[in-house]
Amino acid sequence: MANQGLPIWEVFIRSKNGLEHRHVGSLHAADAEMALENARDVYTRREEGVSLWVVESKHITASNPEHQGELFEPAQDKVYRHPTFYKLPDELEHM
Amino acid sequence: MKEKLYQYLLMLGDNSMILGHRLSELCGHGPSLETDIALTNHSLDLFGQVRSYFQYAAEVKGGEATEDSVAFLRYERDYLNTILVEQPNTDFAHVIGRQFLFDAYHLPLLEQLMESNDETIAAIAAKSIKESRYHLRFSSSWVKRLGDGTDESHQKMQAAINHLFPFIHELFRETPIEKEMKELGIGADLSLIKERFDEKIKEVFAEATLEIPQIPSRQVNGKIGIHTEQMGFILAELQYMQRAYPNMTW
Amino acid sequence: MNTQDLEKKFQDRIDAGEKIEPKDWMPEKYRKTHIRQISQHAHSEIVGMLPEGNWISRAPSLRRKVALLAKVQDEGGHGLYLYSAAETLGISRDELFNQLHTGKAKYSSIFNYPALTWADIGAIGWLVDGAAIINQVMLTRTSFGPYARAMVRICKEESFHQRQGYEILLTLCNGTEVQKAMAQDALNRWWWPSLMMFGPRDEESPNTAQSVKWKIKRKTNDELRQQFVDNTIPQAEILGITVPDPDLKWNEERGHYDFGAIDWSEFWNVVKGNGPCNKERLAARNAAWDNGAWVREAALAHSEKQAKREELKQAI
Repeated sequence: MANQGLPIWEVFIRSKNGLEHRHVGSLHAADAEMALENARDVYTRREEGVSLWVVESKHITASNPEHQGELFEPAQDKVYRHPTFYKLPDELEHM
Repeated sequence: MKEKLYQYLLMLGDNSMILGHRLSELCGHGPSLETDIALTNHSLDLFGQVRSYFQYAAEVKGGEATEDSVAFLRYERDYLNTILVEQPNTDFAHVIGRQFLFDAYHLPLLEQLMESNDETIAAIAAKSIKESRYHLRFSSSWVKRLGDGTDESHQKMQAAINHLFPFIHELFRETPIEKEMKELGIGADLSLIKERFDEKIKEVFAEATLEIPQIPSRQVNGKIGIHTEQMGFILAELQYMQRAYPNMTW
Repeated sequence: MNTQDLEKKFQDRIDAGEKIEPKDWMPEKYRKTHIRQISQHAHSEIVGMLPEGNWISRAPSLRRKVALLAKVQDEGGHGLYLYSAAETLGISRDELFNQLHTGKAKYSSIFNYPALTWADIGAIGWLVDGAAIINQVMLTRTSFGPYARAMVRICKEESFHQRQGYEILLTLCNGTEVQKAMAQDALNRWWWPSLMMFGPRDEESPNTAQSVKWKIKRKTNDELRQQFVDNTIPQAEILGITVPDPDLKWNEERGHYDFGAIDWSEFWNVVKGNGPCNKERLAARNAAWDNGAWVREAALAHSEKQAKREELKQAI
């Protein structure tokens, strides 16, 4: 048991209401309550946040960098999803 | 009356200072980085409270008094903290046990002080109470973790509680100054705190599978300045610079 | 793709200023170098808590005490951020600690010197943090994403550390003769070890070329050391204390200060474990870890019990 370290948790902070939670780092804790308290003590010492999420790292499924091509590059030529694709007369100032 | 208010402020501030001192001894030596950082946060909260109380105490005392002269330049008999907070960091169970017992007393104390007739005390309590609420949450969760963890941790936690419990009675034994401050609406009514304290202990110990010790209280009188043999060593460190290099600015 | 092509593509990405993330392909040597460097950096932070931590209980005023507590605590936090960055490379914090505790891993030798007076707390903040920040600012742009992000956070938090130390010395230098002598004595003892913090001279630093290629380093040890001396001398002049180096003088032509030769035999001797406090530092870290073992075990056991109880509840 001595060799079994405490699990890793990822920490997300909402810096103020209106903004999304952002990943800020990780820490070790035995349970969710301890993870939340540790996150508060480690990552919000300088008023960094108003809300915290912690999630055990093992529950995160990450995409494989090798699949970057098939996952993300097909979006590159879908220029019609961006407003600049559409040609409008110059006199139309706002749309 | 001024002198009594000053003494009362010392009682409040000294508890925070000596406990903060004990916690500060652990900085860099905690059982994990996360708990190390957490305990230092507790210490910083307590020293923040100390500064507020002692700045006010210096004002009440008048003359040349400052927060530092109040903190560092008294004789041992003039420190009025309870014996509980000067107990050493024997192991992590003692650290958590001491913290929990103090927090369970401190939170209801601050709740009352928020209503104090003395505006400064009320303001300090209003600020400190948020810290104290977190401290109690933190120490309660650790009492449960250690009490209901492994056999070893259970034994260590129970042993720590058995050692510390005889010191809690002093928290609730009213001194003449506390009585007078209560009657003036400045200080707290300790009997009301005791009820809340007992409830909290019962609740947390039940979850932690710990027994409430049936041990006679110890005859201690920190609140009137009679300390344990530990206190001289605490002050030797705390006062070292001010005593070795008197009258200098740091 | 064969390894050679992968390495070429990898280097191209770094040259183009792209960051490398943990799951990306990377040369084994890049991974190993980073684990070594990031963990050494992390160890330095937490061993660095000890000499200063030693003075928390004796800080001369409440204001100084809370500042020092917060600073030493930050170092613990910085160690934690760095261990987290190293862990993304597939090594556990426990294993990294084990390397530290058994003496297998190194940490910055500066922390093997004792903090003997209150002025040393000033000198550590001013000189040691001053030297560290030069390195750390450079590292905010390093190629490995988690390391760079940890450094950004650390640099932001560190900004008060050096000022804290300098202010302590400034107060001493404006104080009594005893205080001023205390400040001078601290500078005398910390000056040379601070210069050694940047590591061996360039010609004796074989890894520099590879580190520059991977953008772990953007400047050489000697360049950083020169930058530190140039920054620090005017600050010493404001304090009115003297750097213990008779050869120190401004070189108009170079636009830099010239300084005397460093005693590298002392440096290597401390690295090898023979500094004034190597044994005490390691003993303190080992004691903290060993005394905490039952606590960490208890926390795990409790969480397992809780999880089982939760399962039972669900089953009913």
